[in-house]
Amino acid sequence: MNELQFRNPELARALAHQLEVLMNEIGREVSVMHVCGSHEQAIAKFGLRSLFPKKLNVIMGPGCPVCVTDVPEVDEGVLLAEQPNVEIATYGDMLKVPGTVRSLADAQAAGAKIHIVYGPSQAVEIAKNSDAEIVFFATGFETTAVATAAILLAGPPENFSILSAHKYIPPVMEIVAEMPDTKIEGFLAAGHAAAITGYGVFEEFVERHAQPVVVAGFEPLDILAGLVELVKLVRDGQRRVVNTFPRCVTREGNLAAQEQLWKVFRPVGGRWRGIAHVPNGNLRLRDEFAKWDARKRYTIDLRSLWDFAPPQLANQCICGDIMAGIRNPVDCRLFNKECLPENPVGACMVSNEGTCKIWHLYGGIPDLGVGQAPSPVEAAV
Amino acid sequence: MCLGVPGKVVEINGSMATVDFWGVRRSVCLDIVDEPVAVGDYILNHVGFAIRRIPPESIGETLAYYETLLAERDENDPMAADVLGEIEATTA
Repeated sequence: MNELQFRNPELARALAHQLEVLMNEIGREVSVMHVCGSHEQAIAKFGLRSLFPKKLNVIMGPGCPVCVTDVPEVDEGVLLAEQPNVEIATYGDMLKVPGTVRSLADAQAAGAKIHIVYGPSQAVEIAKNSDAEIVFFATGFETTAVATAAILLAGPPENFSILSAHKYIPPVMEIVAEMPDTKIEGFLAAGHAAAITGYGVFEEFVERHAQPVVVAGFEPLDILAGLVELVKLVRDGQRRVVNTFPRCVTREGNLAAQEQLWKVFRPVGGRWRGIAHVPNGNLRLRDEFAKWDARKRYTIDLRSLWDFAPPQLANQCICGDIMAGIRNPVDCRLFNKECLPENPVGACMVSNEGTCKIWHLYGGIPDLGVGQAPSPVEAAV
Repeated sequence: MCLGVPGKVVEINGSMATVDFWGVRRSVCLDIVDEPVAVGDYILNHVGFAIRRIPPESIGETLAYYETLLAERDENDPMAADVLGEIEATTA
């Protein structure tokens, strides 16, 4: 642990000790899952895994929106980018995500015009200053989808439309909880997403799956405190939602943002890359916004790609299992060999929020010697 | 993408605010913020939108954390990249 980076190293040590005591009381392996790239980044950056008890597995689930954008969604973006007079605006991470045949970066190299933006307002600005048709390829979870909703409600220009690949986190937690191979016993929910939805959104999940959910912030101490609470709930067999981030999250959440989110989007079922079909997991534009829906505005014929088999290496990618918490990046034969950030095989190596990319940046297994991290399934047996 | 970035509101013009991020002034949209915002308040910006007003009592510790993330960055640090990207997400 790098103590200089903790504002309060004593408190960090005290929380780590509490975790140790709780895990000793439980006396067996426990696996919990967080669903946020920022949580994994903080765990890696601040060396938190070195503080976790050996029998506590803290696994990153499907918390990277770029990583769960499905192959056909990337294909839609690529095919739109290749249409005459259409230009794509999207987040930089999306460019290298492999599609069935081509990525957006491949389309760009072949002459398609792709604008990298950091937010939806910039995509609208590009449209205002262009004669071309600008399609904003929108990715991100509910926290980001509210911003996309707000620009549509503000009335964007005629030459602007949205290709929504937005995803909604609560339903995918249900899928992971129901996977037969998973040993996850509780979830750490991301603070800023919960700031929008409110922690009340997890109450039904807790009822249905008898698994506790703890909402936690992003500082190292927030994560440790959240885990202490979560492991305590696991020990006591309590199915409850506990909010350990009250300075940011309320039960109701941000009602103004929710109203705009659900006015523009409706939840529909769809595949999350490598994971499963997730009922209500995709956010798509409501019919009232058809005018700005790229899927309605353009003909996107994915059949033109169906004749291509996926490349050999992609068949060996285990991103889906990693995001489902069944395996670790080091269990993948491609990790840090054929699959690298410069030339990613799977989406988890593309985005800074992907488990593989984060583990790559922090040297393989953050804070543990290679070979020390058991795969989550083995560990739980 | 989850981190956002805190900044101080220095001017409000309709639904847009001028927000100061450590000396960099950018426009941030107030359409989805959780509470009314006034000049002098701190907000958390995500992709160019204020998603929440930061309560006065947490401003100090919030800023301190982000300053740690920015101060110790190297070019590959994903958290610093995320925070800087969130500042970039605002309009000029």
